[in-house]
Amino acid sequence: MKLLELLGYFNYWVFAIVLTVGLYAVISKANLIKKLIGLSIFQSAVFLMYITMDKVEGGTAPIIQAGVEDQVFSNPLPQVLILTAIVVGVSTLALGLAMVVRIKESYGTIEENEILDAD
Amino acid sequence: MIFIFAVFLLSLLVITAIAIVRTNNLFSAVMLTSIFSLLMAANFFILDAADVALTEAAIGAGVTTVIFLCALALTADRAKPNKERRKVAYGAVGILASLMIYATFDKPPLGDPDAPVHQHVAPWYIEKTPEYMDFPNIVTAVLSSFRGYDTLGEVFVVFAACIGVLFILGVPVPGNAKPAPMQQKKGLHHHLIPQVVGRLIIPFIVLFGLYTQFHGEYGPGGGFQAGAIIATGIILYALLEGESKALQAVPRRVLMGMVIGGALLFGGVGVICMLMGGNFLDYSVLAADPVWGRQLGIIIIEAGVGMTVCGALLSIFHAFASRERAS
Amino acid sequence: MIDLVIDVLSWILLILGGSCVLIGGVGGLRLPNFYTRIHASSLTDTMGNILIFLGLMLQAGFTLATLKLFAVMLFLLLTGPTATYALANAALLSGIKPDTGSTNDDNTEESPK
Repeated sequence: MKLLELLGYFNYWVFAIVLTVGLYAVISKANLIKKLIGLSIFQSAVFLMYITMDKVEGGTAPIIQAGVEDQVFSNPLPQVLILTAIVVGVSTLALGLAMVVRIKESYGTIEENEILDAD
Repeated sequence: MIFIFAVFLLSLLVITAIAIVRTNNLFSAVMLTSIFSLLMAANFFILDAADVALTEAAIGAGVTTVIFLCALALTADRAKPNKERRKVAYGAVGILASLMIYATFDKPPLGDPDAPVHQHVAPWYIEKTPEYMDFPNIVTAVLSSFRGYDTLGEVFVVFAACIGVLFILGVPVPGNAKPAPMQQKKGLHHHLIPQVVGRLIIPFIVLFGLYTQFHGEYGPGGGFQAGAIIATGIILYALLEGESKALQAVPRRVLMGMVIGGALLFGGVGVICMLMGGNFLDYSVLAADPVWGRQLGIIIIEAGVGMTVCGALLSIFHAFASRERAS
Repeated sequence: MIDLVIDVLSWILLILGGSCVLIGGVGGLRLPNFYTRIHASSLTDTMGNILIFLGLMLQAGFTLATLKLFAVMLFLLLTGPTATYALANAALLSGIKPDTGSTNDDNTEESPK
């Protein structure tokens, strides 16, 4: 049973590792597109944490089935927050990519150190 | 059993994330991001979040990949390796990871029904949905009615991001003094197999999108998912037949109308609610029977959400795809 | 009795399908060059797909779920081979030559990563 209890935290560990992997890409990579990819990994890790919190033991997706008594549902609230956050995430990511495209057109490069040198 | 599968998928997720960060080939990094999103969607599904899984699969694996590829075509497909800040980054990231893993032991374990997150408003939402809305999907009820303000805000963020992308990419390309006449982008015209298969399945993709739109109260679905699925269908059409053909089918004016009209529809329903004597976004006053009024309001605002999301994603795609590469 | 037969049959189909997917995966890792690898992985799209979905349909019985599974199977059967075709075509366009194994003695371009 001890092992299973530990595995209950596995999702959170994955969240922590994926989050830091994304953060690593944001701070250490000089390529702007690589930074944005890292940012979207970071964001996905946060989504994973929220959705992990919504799970209830023995629960089902929060859709009421007619004629079934005493159903246990997972928590709908984190799902709603993340559902909208995914769509907002892709639009803001596109905004970032649009800026990168314009930077490329103005500076001729998307490597951060080369842009700083050009300034 | 499903638990072991989840552990397997989560391990794959970590491996994919590390592979994405390690590669210097941006093209393969983007492809791996697509795989990452698909794995994430499978995990969401295992964790009972059917609506979120649908959204992540349509947006993360579909639309995001295409937008990334368009951006790569305009910039570069390889990153230059650099080793400057690697040591500092490893240190910072290592400390942060160990701190966060240490902190997770204070969290309630997976599936604990007594966790604080399940004690606050969620039970009330689950209890009141059948009484107030009389339809089965609690996620849709929370999204569009109980927390309608949040959703309105998110729709306006999508709207603003779309306008921002159009502003940033709407200016002419520097270096090309005169904008070149819109050249006919070929698409995959000479490839018979993808074209035939595409023609066969695009109607079904759009039909499925409409189904998720209008069936969102009864099963997993709703405006956000439907908008994304319909947008993927039309983006697939653009990839197969060429971007200008897709613009002929759904012109820019229509897209802008969808983006603005959807956001206005959502806000307008709220104002109508106020004019009819209720609170902002309190749909119960829309009809004589409060339950029917709420259902009507939810159908209208979900349509608004779907229009805005679909229009915004397509406008963003066209903004990237129609831009010439600076010489 | 009939339930047991259907159950056993569906498990046989599922295990066969699973083996096909496994063979596809091993082939994708072990085969020498690009075109043989996608040939192996296309086994997953076709044989593995059909067998696993038939097994699942037997498990589901005559319900709406069977119809949905059938629709998903058709969708995957259409898209999987198309994706493989597009992949092979893109590889050919980007300059990876198929190794015909016949008369070319200067076989310098083999096994591109």
